[in-house]
Amino acid sequence: MHCVPLPMIGTDVAWRAAARRLIGARVKPADVLWDFDNQSPQLFESTVELPEPRRPMKVSKEFVALANTAVWHSDPQRFARLYALLWRLRKEPGLMQDRADPELAKLRQMEKNVRRCQHKMKAFVRFRDLRSDGPRRSFGAWFEPTHNTVEPTAQFFMRRFADMDWMIVTPDVTAQFKDGKIAFHEGREKPELPEDGAEALWGTYFCNIFNPARVKISAMTSEMPKKYWKNMPETQFIPGLIADAEKKVQEMREAAPTLPPERMAHIRKQLTAQAQPASWNMLEAEIAGFSEPGFSDRAVMGSGPRDANLMIVGEQPGDQEDLAGLPFVGPAGQVFRAAAGRVGLDADSAYLTNAVKHFKFQQRGKRRIHQNPSVREIDHCAWWLRTEVALVKPRLIVAMGASATRALTGSGTNLLKRRSTVETGVDDVPVFITVHPSHLLRLPDSERASAEAKFAADLQNIAEMSNSAVS
Amino acid sequence: MAQLDLQQKLAILSDAARYDASCASSGTTRRDSTKGGLGSTEGSGICHAYAPDGRCISLLKILMTNFCIYDCAYCINRVSSNVQRARFSPDEVVQLTIEFYRRNYIEGLFLSSGVVQSPDKTMEDMVQIARRLREVEQFKGYIHLKTIPDADQRLIDQAGLYADRLSINVELPTDKSVQAYAPEKSPATIRKAMGAVKEKRAGSLDRSFRGKRPPKFAPAGQSTQMIVGADGSTDRTILGQSTSLYQGYKLRRVYYSAFSPIPDATAKLPLVKPPLVREHRLYQADWLLRFYGFDVGEITQARPDGNLDLEIDPKLAWALQNRAVFPVDVNNASREMLLRVPGFGTKTVGRILQTRRQRTLRYEDLMRLGALVKKAQPFITALGWTPGSLTDSANLRARFAPPPEQLQLI
Repeated sequence: MHCVPLPMIGTDVAWRAAARRLIGARVKPADVLWDFDNQSPQLFESTVELPEPRRPMKVSKEFVALANTAVWHSDPQRFARLYALLWRLRKEPGLMQDRADPELAKLRQMEKNVRRCQHKMKAFVRFRDLRSDGPRRSFGAWFEPTHNTVEPTAQFFMRRFADMDWMIVTPDVTAQFKDGKIAFHEGREKPELPEDGAEALWGTYFCNIFNPARVKISAMTSEMPKKYWKNMPETQFIPGLIADAEKKVQEMREAAPTLPPERMAHIRKQLTAQAQPASWNMLEAEIAGFSEPGFSDRAVMGSGPRDANLMIVGEQPGDQEDLAGLPFVGPAGQVFRAAAGRVGLDADSAYLTNAVKHFKFQQRGKRRIHQNPSVREIDHCAWWLRTEVALVKPRLIVAMGASATRALTGSGTNLLKRRSTVETGVDDVPVFITVHPSHLLRLPDSERASAEAKFAADLQNIAEMSNSAVS
Repeated sequence: MAQLDLQQKLAILSDAARYDASCASSGTTRRDSTKGGLGSTEGSGICHAYAPDGRCISLLKILMTNFCIYDCAYCINRVSSNVQRARFSPDEVVQLTIEFYRRNYIEGLFLSSGVVQSPDKTMEDMVQIARRLREVEQFKGYIHLKTIPDADQRLIDQAGLYADRLSINVELPTDKSVQAYAPEKSPATIRKAMGAVKEKRAGSLDRSFRGKRPPKFAPAGQSTQMIVGADGSTDRTILGQSTSLYQGYKLRRVYYSAFSPIPDATAKLPLVKPPLVREHRLYQADWLLRFYGFDVGEITQARPDGNLDLEIDPKLAWALQNRAVFPVDVNNASREMLLRVPGFGTKTVGRILQTRRQRTLRYEDLMRLGALVKKAQPFITALGWTPGSLTDSANLRARFAPPPEQLQLI
């Protein structure tokens, strides 16, 4: 018969060392008596010192992890159970994988209990300020864990509260952390800790975060068992909170609706007085939220400096614009950029956008064929264009084609008669009306040269007007 | 009006914050204070206390201020409500967080706010508080910031650098009800802000050509909350909305908050008993969607009105509707099929798969593997157990549903 004494502090290391020797000497589980903390002094003490085995037994990591946790359980049987499992592992190396083995399941249950106890200790230890004069603040706590969890859990508190001194006193073990060093001592009686003002604040918080309309006492007590209550300052309020809950909810229900406070009228007025477009962010979100059948899901926002003097508005993004996410990059855009370059109009310094922000198309085979936006759709999108105008605040807007003209002036008819003139559009910004460059692409070669010249003349005009507007 | 002291302010501003359901402090990066500073986060969250409403208290959940310029019908802090108003100074929030943290009361801070002056100004103040905690106090604990959707993108980008989690509430399940009850809020703006956080997070995971990591952006992800029972949305609508939120914006969590009576409520919304059971069933369904491979259609098919069965849990309801696929043999069914057995959770299924590589499972083993055997009984076969006609018996539902209750006369 071997009797193995195990100390209260450092139990895990002591058990592993003893188990290694015992298993090396082939000592059967029935021949070992484990004596934890001199609680059960044995009649027949063995004085035989077992040697360190020459070839120590190898076990899976899972067993080591299980043993390191389960040794802290308060069940006196834990050491014997662990050793019995270790004994079986010699012959059944796959045993750790068998989750349903009754012996292993029992130890797993113990491991789980210790883990839970450790978790609750992390949660429910309540420190009080010990008001030290030194450079490091000092805190102390009294705690009564169910299992011997102070030692394995101290690491957690070291990682968390490395910049202060603390001590956790329990009936069995005291952990003291001072100047970055941890030490474990014997446990002691509950110490007198000084009153701490923060506890009143914490109590206030606890009472007010509670929602009286949804009382669920069993959910609380299953996670915060009553055995922990006596060392937690906030729990003194629980009976009162439960007692008053029903009354409070009743009061809320019965209270007649009140008149809004005076402040409200004030704030409402300010809110409505604010200019409609709050920000580019909101505008983009609004536009992105648009989805209609027949349109691409993707919005093509305007591009160019957001404080430009000149704003150029086309009809809607085409196939290439939709893919690139930029306006005026397709064939018509290239015609416009080339013509603008020839007359010295810098297209990059202007803010380029479209009357409608989404590509409307019909799918034919693999190709997406452009569709003109309907009047209703132009009017629907005009609000965004106006918001853009209000945000950019250009001095001159160029409306290219009927759709843009409708969106900016309210009417898109008689375009050729109104061409090359300046009208007053929304927000009293002058709107220069011209044709859309895609118009040039559709003309037969015979008419194209003269049309291009006319378009170039318009752009020339625009360049001069925008320059004079700046100066 | 007399100056409020810290205690009074804390009472008002935590009272105002209790309708936010989220109190999670898990799933962020591992940090600790061994190299300076205060605090740690270690993967799993810790609930430091439980209130009598059964909810965990993990974070100091407060509003920066409960002054608000918006008028959302379901909210205690709406402009038209007469609740007492208060405002914390950034210093007070920082001090409260640090002092509570040092006493091991909390895991960190959950900061939300009413909108004052403008969305940008409010967001800026909140970011300021988070920045001070991180940079001045060297706080390594958990920070959850509620983002103001209309705020400038630049501010949200900054917030993500200091906070572990960002959240924006979608408030109500459909755009239409948001318009009806929160007229100043725009669902499109909320979605855009969530989209921006998602993009930013995706970007923060990419390493550069040389393998350098960009700074971490909201490592615990983003979450949202919707109120259940304030509008007429069915559970199918709600779950459909959360599926699209999970998929589209890679949200970590969607919280469901049963609409509960608030002080000084508006006449627009009736104050009823909060639908707590419905909320619970929605969470169960949410888990089925995320971890058990169910889709919304399957979960809500049991009842024609598109709501979940309140008496039995959604997995059991599905199993009762689809008895043709049961019983399944625990010794050779696939993981996907085992996950659909009522009474088996993800952990139990993992253990079944692990153990059956060693040997054939007996019926008695299942209890030790963590299964709820009583619930699983009719739907499984194992060595030493076959349900016989139990699977198809007409009164199977009655075995699980709560017993009928006698109506009371008075």
